[in-house]
Amino acid sequence: MVATSSSYPIEPAPPAVTLSPRRIALRRALRNGSFWFGGTVLLLITLIALLAPWLTPYDPAAQNLAHRLIVPVWQSGGSWLHPLGTDLLGRDYLARLLFGARISLLIGFSTVLISGFIGTCLGMAAGYWGGRVDLAVNFILTIRLTLPVVLVALVVVAVIGNSLTLLIVVIGGLLWDRFAIVTRSVTQQLARSEFVIAARCIGSSRRRLFLKELLPNLTGQLIVVASIELAHAILLEASLSFLGLGVQPPLTSWGLMVAEAKSQIFFMPWMIAIPGAALVLLILAINLLGDAMRDITTPEGRA
Amino acid sequence: MLRLVIRRLAVSALVVVVVSMIAFSLVYLSGDPAVAMAGENASPSDIEAIRTDYGFDRPMYVQYGAWVDNVLHGNLGRSFFLRAPVSQIIAQHFPITATLGISALAFALLLSIPLGVLAALRPNTLIDRIALAIAVAGQAMPSFLFGLALIYVFGVKLGWLPFSGTASWRSYVLPAIALGYYATPVIMRLTRSGMLDALQSDHVRTARAYGLSTWRVVIKHALRHAIMPVLALSAVQLGFMLGGSIIIETVFSMKGLGYLAWTSIQRSDLQVIQAILLIIACLYALLTLLADLLNAYLDPRLRKQ
Repeated sequence: MVATSSSYPIEPAPPAVTLSPRRIALRRALRNGSFWFGGTVLLLITLIALLAPWLTPYDPAAQNLAHRLIVPVWQSGGSWLHPLGTDLLGRDYLARLLFGARISLLIGFSTVLISGFIGTCLGMAAGYWGGRVDLAVNFILTIRLTLPVVLVALVVVAVIGNSLTLLIVVIGGLLWDRFAIVTRSVTQQLARSEFVIAARCIGSSRRRLFLKELLPNLTGQLIVVASIELAHAILLEASLSFLGLGVQPPLTSWGLMVAEAKSQIFFMPWMIAIPGAALVLLILAINLLGDAMRDITTPEGRA
Repeated sequence: MLRLVIRRLAVSALVVVVVSMIAFSLVYLSGDPAVAMAGENASPSDIEAIRTDYGFDRPMYVQYGAWVDNVLHGNLGRSFFLRAPVSQIIAQHFPITATLGISALAFALLLSIPLGVLAALRPNTLIDRIALAIAVAGQAMPSFLFGLALIYVFGVKLGWLPFSGTASWRSYVLPAIALGYYATPVIMRLTRSGMLDALQSDHVRTARAYGLSTWRVVIKHALRHAIMPVLALSAVQLGFMLGGSIIIETVFSMKGLGYLAWTSIQRSDLQVIQAILLIIACLYALLTLLADLLNAYLDPRLRKQ
């Protein structure tokens, strides 16, 4: 029995309010300005992309040569019938803009899934097993980094023949390098950590190790890399479409819209500016969201 | 260090071999290269003539071996479309791309290094935030869009600079900016972080304690040490610029290597495509090797694989 002075009150221990990591992450997210701006814009554009068919009465591929090159509503001669005007073939520009969002996001998300899968598998294998597996993966990675991405994508698409599926496969098959690099280094650290060693000691199957121990701890970093690669994929698709070997008519893509408007740069610069601004806004939102995710998932005090 | 150089050279050589196989075989993905080259209106006898002429009837490994043998002797094949040796055609187009790439890198360095230094000298102040904003904005804009914007502002509206062709040195200004700005955020961030570290280091503190002027300390002592990793990064970025010049050359109508690649892809001029892929990839490998060796030279911890 410890003798305590009665005039010195022992204060009760404060209630132990331990927040789960998820709760902490959520709190940080809600305080982050980039998260709000990037997340809201991306959400908005995704909603627009999903609801595109209901947001406009026009078919983005419907040509109407009697109504070509109508100016937008803010110029003299424009009307609310075509708020953003029409293009060289009389297609409503607003409709093309909305449907272009669909393609950009579809290609972006699909390629990130593919490249994320490839990169994560390679990275985890290299990080977990090390040794020769690591050397092999490093070799494959070096080969991929030595290839000029735009040129290779162009050649493959030109030679095999263009289709949306091929485009997604090619871009997804080329942009996995950052996934592999990050996954490899994180897995290397995790494989030496106590809980993984403990799991191995009690005889966890390898599949369980990968799925239940390694992968959940990778998600934070993977989200950050995914946002970077999402932006890269959308940029690559826009560039390929601009060159004419990306998305093909009758499908719409913002890169394609810029290419078609290039000839009008002298008299109708808004035709380039409108899809261009949409691209910049989308990529900016994704980049800001990615920065926010990095700030949220990185513990304070670590570089 | 020498062992590292030899090891890296060996790996690079192996990488180049595999990449050459990829460069060679990509064009065969279409199935029958003779058909691709002959075009749409070709008769079966035309296709057959091309097939025997270029040796497409031989097994793949024989064709690859012959190609490598030719390349090592300086013969990059013969362009079907332009009826001239590929090496000659590439030699005509390469200088434009090389000039463009180097100008773009020069622009990127001229812009990002001072910005990075200033941002490091006054961290978390207005100048730092402006530099960061430029970085963020720069990475959100596709290069073809930035190129078109530059054409509109400086070419069409202000009329200060030409925006097509390669008539004078002025024709390279806008394309260099459009090609180089994408590397600016990366270089600036690296400069900034390197400078921040250097400015806090002991020998800089000593220099300041000696009473040397701030400028001298910054340039001579801090920057000198911060700049080396930036040089290594620049080598890699130069590689990206050379490989990615195709978009800028299309926007600004410059007849460089990217433009040649583009027209060859459109016309299925397979020999030219193979040669350009090989050359660009070899350049990448060389520049990356230089960057790796430079980094390993500076940071002995990197010398152990």
